[in-house]
Amino acid sequence: MSLLAFCEWLAATEGSIALHESMYMYPIVESSHVLALTLFVGFAVILDLRLLGLILKQVPVSQVAERLLPWTIGGFVVMNVTGLLLFYAIPIRTYQSIFFRAKVIFLILAGINVWLFHTRIYQRIAEWDHAHITPKAARRAGLASLILWGAIIVAGRMIAYNWFDCDIQPQPAFVNWAAGCVVPPPAP
Amino acid sequence: MLLPFFEWCETLWLGQFVVGSLWLFPVIESVHLLALAMLGGSILLVDFRLLGLGLKDRAVAELAREARPWMIAGLVAMVLTGIPLFLSEPIKCYYSTAFWIKMTTLPVALAFAFTVRTRVTRAEPVRNTARRQKLVGALSIALWFTVAAAGRWIGFS
Repeated sequence: MSLLAFCEWLAATEGSIALHESMYMYPIVESSHVLALTLFVGFAVILDLRLLGLILKQVPVSQVAERLLPWTIGGFVVMNVTGLLLFYAIPIRTYQSIFFRAKVIFLILAGINVWLFHTRIYQRIAEWDHAHITPKAARRAGLASLILWGAIIVAGRMIAYNWFDCDIQPQPAFVNWAAGCVVPPPAP
Repeated sequence: MLLPFFEWCETLWLGQFVVGSLWLFPVIESVHLLALAMLGGSILLVDFRLLGLGLKDRAVAELAREARPWMIAGLVAMVLTGIPLFLSEPIKCYYSTAFWIKMTTLPVALAFAFTVRTRVTRAEPVRNTARRQKLVGALSIALWFTVAAAGRWIGFS
């Protein structure tokens, strides 16, 4: 089954239709998704700023990271649960949204950045825990994180706009390719 | 009574400029959201500490001092982006309950942040401090949550 066929199947399920058509559930899920940003991205930003030496310089990096981590994870869980529900409510259009696809790519990159940070420079945290100016690799990770989460927020917000939707044609060939639109060939 | 004011707002150049553009509203909205994340982080850092959570091994005053410039920058960015968003659809806002909830809670949240909360975060720890801190932290979160949730809800009306 192709991903598109899966999304078509998903869109036909009772739960998807109910959530899509609900008066309050959809906005509530959407609002939770947005508000959880303050916790998840908000605290990620605090750690990134610490890595960049812009906040809490007197506080050991490990203390900032470990004390905020449970809350960041909690926020991440809420983001994912509500995000999956939002996708579940509108599967086909979201799957074929170039902004959603860009967001997924940015999310993967952000995940790689977190993984690299924790498996490399953070392994040697004892050497630079108290540093006001952190090692270059740590600063790079902080900056990359700020840029990627920013891009994820912007791409996520843009999913709501239909400029590049598959049912709005003609679109540039690149857009149709990137969105995976199934466009009938132009009449001869 | 206020409707003429909102009608006047609608005639302003800035709002019309936003309405006339396909991209401007979404772009300003995105910056509003980015600022929300930063503002949220800088407020929650301190409010969590007041509740005895998060960076609990540090002094409240230290965290408040460190978070303050980021909180103020976040607030300034929110207001600067919020104004053109409002001016692009003042009449819709006038008839939106969510808008009025936001606009009545916002001054309360701001006043609370710069009076009671500032005073409590700077105060020397004395007897009963912990209870007062918890109350202030919880109130601050409740107020800002209302502002943010009502703000998001304007878009659904």
